[in-house]
Amino acid sequence: MAEPLHALTALGRPEPLDETIGALRLTERIDIALASLAVRKGREGDVAAAAAAAGIPLPDPARHAAGPTHAAFWVAPGMWFLEAPFATHEDIVARLRPVFGDAASITEQTDAWICLDLSAPDLVPLFERLCAVDLAAVPEGHATRTVIEHLGCYLIVHGRGAVRLLGPRSSAASLVHALQVAAASLG
Amino acid sequence: MIIPHPLLGPRDAQEFVYLGDASLMNRPDGMTAGIEAFHDWLYQRDNPAGIHRELWYHEQGDRSWLVVTRNTLTHEILGAELARDVARAMGRTK
Repeated sequence: MAEPLHALTALGRPEPLDETIGALRLTERIDIALASLAVRKGREGDVAAAAAAAGIPLPDPARHAAGPTHAAFWVAPGMWFLEAPFATHEDIVARLRPVFGDAASITEQTDAWICLDLSAPDLVPLFERLCAVDLAAVPEGHATRTVIEHLGCYLIVHGRGAVRLLGPRSSAASLVHALQVAAASLG
Repeated sequence: MIIPHPLLGPRDAQEFVYLGDASLMNRPDGMTAGIEAFHDWLYQRDNPAGIHRELWYHEQGDRSWLVVTRNTLTHEILGAELARDVARAMGRTK
């Protein structure tokens, strides 16, 4: 009998990355389910009402907000990404669809991204080297799409020393390499 | 240049892709407007020295289309609106 199949992470490893480079701790998160939610034409009110009833936050542009089960961040006009614990929401789309019915289009995103948590006493010098986002100037809860090493990534600021990055899964190794090089250059 | 995104605030112009004259939004109906009108829409551009309305795409951001009003002599940005809002203000549905 063959070995049973095992899921691999975005980096092709059996276990998620957990690495310390100087002051930076880089942690790959595989315990987060992701879905995108896009409002269908003219259904803004229905989506807002359904989200409010289900306790799902739908924050303003460039913002992240956390609710009891789901967290969400804005990605485009009328569109958000929703985060939920993978252990309970592996089937995140099937669970969201009854909430929003035909008022929104919901797309599975979990395996399209590598999710990385970065922590350090101060991440500002690192991101000064990586992207155009001025981490020192943006408020906590800021969420934006930006480009790191030619890769379109979502960047969520949980504090000056805590940032979550979502990068395209197919380029996960390149993104991690860019982070490792930038972190190592800080000495 | 810094483009004042109506939703996201000031953003570096490097995050954007430039398309051209905002009149590109007003494509005539190729089946009914006649070939001259369609030809003019496709090929004829004013090239003003001064105020110019143009389409920019926030490719490295939220991927929205903007109508940016810019002075081509000074590169001063006079304003930016979502192209969607501009189209709706002209009575369009999308």
